[in-house]
Amino acid sequence: MDLLRFATAGSVDDGKSTLIGRLLYDSKSIFEDQLEAVERTSLERGDQYVNLALLTDGLRAEREQGITIDVAYRYFTTPKRTFIIADTPGHIQHTRNMVTGASTADLVLILVDARTGVIEQTKRHALIASLLRIPHLVLCVNKMDLVNYESEVFENIKSDFREYVARLEIPDLTIIPISALNGDNVVQRSSQMPWYDGTPLLRHLEEVYIASDRNLIDVRFPVQLVIRPIQDGLNRDYRGYAGQVASGIIEVGDEVCVLPSGFTTVIEGIDSPDGSVERAFPPQSVVIRLRDDLDISRGDMIARVHNKPHSSQDLTAMLTWLQEDELVVGKKYAIKHTTRVGRAIVTDLHYNLNVNTSHRDRSATSLRLNEVGRVNVRTTLPLFYDEYRRNKTTGSFILIDEATNSTAAAGIILGQIE
Amino acid sequence: MQTEDTVRDRHAGQSHIGESHIGVSHIEALEAEAIHLIREVVGELERPCLLFSGGKDSAVLLHLAIKAVYPMKLPFPVVHIDTGHNFKEVIDFRDEQVEKLGLRLVVGSVEDSIRRKTAVDDGGSRNRIQIVTLLEIIEEYKFDSLFGGARRDEEKARAKERFLSHRDVFGQWDPRRQRPELWHLYNTRHLNGEHFRVFPLSNWTELDIWTYIKRESIELPSIYFAHKREVVRRGQMLVATGPVTPALDGEEPFEALVRYRTVGDMTCTAAVESAAKDVDTIILETQSVRISERGATRVDDKFSEAAMEDRKKEGYF
Repeated sequence: MDLLRFATAGSVDDGKSTLIGRLLYDSKSIFEDQLEAVERTSLERGDQYVNLALLTDGLRAEREQGITIDVAYRYFTTPKRTFIIADTPGHIQHTRNMVTGASTADLVLILVDARTGVIEQTKRHALIASLLRIPHLVLCVNKMDLVNYESEVFENIKSDFREYVARLEIPDLTIIPISALNGDNVVQRSSQMPWYDGTPLLRHLEEVYIASDRNLIDVRFPVQLVIRPIQDGLNRDYRGYAGQVASGIIEVGDEVCVLPSGFTTVIEGIDSPDGSVERAFPPQSVVIRLRDDLDISRGDMIARVHNKPHSSQDLTAMLTWLQEDELVVGKKYAIKHTTRVGRAIVTDLHYNLNVNTSHRDRSATSLRLNEVGRVNVRTTLPLFYDEYRRNKTTGSFILIDEATNSTAAAGIILGQIE
Repeated sequence: MQTEDTVRDRHAGQSHIGESHIGVSHIEALEAEAIHLIREVVGELERPCLLFSGGKDSAVLLHLAIKAVYPMKLPFPVVHIDTGHNFKEVIDFRDEQVEKLGLRLVVGSVEDSIRRKTAVDDGGSRNRIQIVTLLEIIEEYKFDSLFGGARRDEEKARAKERFLSHRDVFGQWDPRRQRPELWHLYNTRHLNGEHFRVFPLSNWTELDIWTYIKRESIELPSIYFAHKREVVRRGQMLVATGPVTPALDGEEPFEALVRYRTVGDMTCTAAVESAAKDVDTIILETQSVRISERGATRVDDKFSEAAMEDRKKEGYF
């Protein structure tokens, strides 16, 4: 059985928490004691119905204020797939939370209220999904029960949304009319909307094809640890390099090169958590043994001789600003890229991208919390990177504020500086 | 060249994508994610340790940590916070594992903290006061990172927890100021005296844990399997009777066939009725069970809606 990670975006008003509650409830992933707690709290709050939204609001402040503060993770399994939901709040720290929740997602699910249709927030969510190059997008037009299940309402929203995303890069888009409250087209096909000939949401989540989303072409293996059991007589001569395969298929006997040294050697063996194997692929965590004794340490990268990543101290990226203190152009930040840690300076801010309107403000001089902008970055040591569109692992980085140690920005590498 | 036999194929029919044999099952994906995090922490932090209670989650965590650095020996100690109210079977299991795997064991004793008067024994559960002992051990050994077996599916405050969770010099968790975690890039920077709680099993469910225990033949204390024990019924829970958990007025002790779903301090961990004597039967029961793990077995999570959140803020596991 495989795993689908998806992120949900939308606000309380869109019925997002109700939808998640519905998926968990209808797939029997809610335990009786959890449901009883929700029933008790619903009653205390004077809700008219069992408020499934309470299942996902975990912190006291969230329940008191009726808002979701932080990304919450939920789990459910059907006979076909296992799912991890990253539930991202719509109101507070919206961009920061959505970028965080969606960064590891295979699919993003956006909700709109059928009564209001596509609003600024919907566009923002679609734009962020496109920036993060999430391969699959699902738009759920919720609260169809409140518009009498009319197909015309749905068709209008559908064409509005399609028109907006035509400008973005969304490889796979599915639009489903639902009522999370009543369960229409969530798990079961709705008898209220015979005009809809697509699949219900859960079936779509179970069947969407994600196996080809991985990059199995470019061998990239960032070294996490050198495994050298010097204290152990039996394994005294063992020397291996531990890491998670970022992309490509690594096979015993392959000729590879090690960056930054540039030395070439041959894969002698691959040790997986279950013992020796002949090949490794993403997302496996393995240990690689090489034919030659080379000086390799954490932060180095193993690649193929004729297929190497860019190696450079300069790059262009889209930054999402994640902390209160704004970006200072020219200031030094710590940078973490794969397993490599160094320092970096943002040398230029090209523009600030308005995530609600897609407008590019070229007069901007800084990025504040929740803002996105295109920048040039110069690093103190060379990074071995690919464009994010080709490789999410070698195409992403974070900036860390050295004064506060907080994670300041998420970076998506667009490429070399033109 | 390789043959099909050489490809890891234990989950035949599950991990295949088309004909190409390059898929992973969800358990393999969770294993790879956990090992990656353990290696990041070993690679970037100076003084890690692993919290080992002898429970099933910490047994799985220990197994993953050993795999993450194999064939090196575990380059950090395991830490047990001893409340003094332990199940004997669990302490025996802890000592067996330490001996067998050649681990370094650090024990923090809640009773020592009580004697030093840094913790106050009110005669009730020691679940909360063990926070004091844990923080004293962190300070004494200058640990900067502690691997723990907590899972996000356990409890709703845990559902908001990071893989790498920052704690200030008082060991406090501030859910409103958590560091965003993007992709699998972990920010391990911290000031002296601060530390991280590291949760490689964040994305695992109770069923995943049991599936992995079976797949890897991981050993567990005997109390996880059905056995006869004298208990009393307290509310909807079955609590074992013993010197620290005597029957209360009006409670009638009786013998029942039980097993434990979680293992914690004796005073706050309840048993469930079950005839499941092996892992296969437990997996079947876990698939059909309708009460959450903590709801069925943790006496002190029922005090309030936010009991776990409050304990976590103070520095709980």
